[in-house]
Amino acid sequence: MVTLSSDSRPIIGRGPPLGATLFFLGVISVIVMVLDHRGGYLDTARLWMSAAANPIYTVVQTPGQLWRWITGSFADRSQLRTENAQLTEQLRIARTQLLRFESLNEENRRLREIREASKGVSERTLIAEIISVSVNPFRHMVVINKGADDGVFRGQPVLDAFGVVGQVMQVGKTTATLILITDAEHAVPIQVNRNGIRSIAMGTGEAAKLSLPYLTVESDVRKGDLLVSSGLDAIFPAGYPVATVTRVERNSADTFALVEAKPLAQLDRDREVLLLWANKPKVPAPEEAIEAVKQ
Amino acid sequence: MSVSDGRISRLRVNATVILALILAVLPLPHWMDIARPYLLLLLVIYWSLSAPRIAGLMFAWLCGMAIDLLKGTTLGQHALAFLLVSFLTHKFQLRMRIFPLSQQTVTVLLLLFLYEFVVFWTDGIIGYPVTTWTRWIPVFTSTLLWPVLVAILDTWNRRSR
Repeated sequence: MVTLSSDSRPIIGRGPPLGATLFFLGVISVIVMVLDHRGGYLDTARLWMSAAANPIYTVVQTPGQLWRWITGSFADRSQLRTENAQLTEQLRIARTQLLRFESLNEENRRLREIREASKGVSERTLIAEIISVSVNPFRHMVVINKGADDGVFRGQPVLDAFGVVGQVMQVGKTTATLILITDAEHAVPIQVNRNGIRSIAMGTGEAAKLSLPYLTVESDVRKGDLLVSSGLDAIFPAGYPVATVTRVERNSADTFALVEAKPLAQLDRDREVLLLWANKPKVPAPEEAIEAVKQ
Repeated sequence: MSVSDGRISRLRVNATVILALILAVLPLPHWMDIARPYLLLLLVIYWSLSAPRIAGLMFAWLCGMAIDLLKGTTLGQHALAFLLVSFLTHKFQLRMRIFPLSQQTVTVLLLLFLYEFVVFWTDGIIGYPVTTWTRWIPVFTSTLLWPVLVAILDTWNRRSR
């Protein structure tokens, strides 16, 4: 510090006074914050600016990828063989299950056609890789390597092989930020698969815990129940597994039971996730519904 | 002093900023992650003291914007906090530069508290408050890092005079 005494700000060429700059930039900051938070007016700006952040993500990624590449190339033969055997086995099981799935799917489609609600069956998916960058230690958010260029949009549901992972929160050109279902600010509308009771599963900020605060003491929910998405938020399509109930405590003095659940998706272990483009089932407009009732 | 040589020093400042941005998103185990020091903010303070013509308020503001962008927070939040810290540093620049290192470190601690408070406060207004005490840990780890950073960068600046 003391060595750098020669550079005090000269009188000439100082630029605008400090206070004015502070005021100007401060006002801009506040305007930007309001625009970004209130209306999401800056989504497009963020899209392009995040392209500038890409090289930094790449640099951070490289050592890990290099390490995986090296360990991958030197994996020994017997290990590969056992892995191959395991995968073959898994594939066989999955195939047989898929056989049944096909027929069930067909049956489901027929039944839906009978009910004239056949929309909402076809879906498109895309695999995205989680970029290992640390965003915020207090929030459950991750960055993936697919962005607006791949058609990712804000509020898009994200799954993995086991269940619902979360939804897209911010979109960049080639990256996107996900908010996981365990984040303290996130909630999923769910249904108990056994009996169809609807509720909301809130994130707790802990890695393996969801809380269901709106189930009354009398509601029929048991430990081990499967919770699936109910689709009422028009974000997550109905019927995807979300969590299993791990704890139910009923205190007759309270109105609501204490219910906790464990997410099925491997939120802390995933390397790849599935982006989902679901065709939303058409909800009849109120007028149409009234017409239908009249007829 | 290299500071008066605009071109080299600007390159140097930018190089340290890019390094700090990389370190800001480097994945770390959780216990280290919550204690991750605000290296970029320390750099902004350092360069505001030693090269105030290069590292002005605009520089600090852009650094804050970069953090907002990388961390996915509301745009402008860290920019505002960086701006305030940089303003105070510039304001007391002549005094802070002749402080002994211990006193300087205490001043930096106060600046970091202000920074964390501004971020905490805007978090609350926006509606995602993180109220655990652990969010204040980086303030202290950053303060501990300050003398080290000053020693390294001062040596570097002096050597390539």
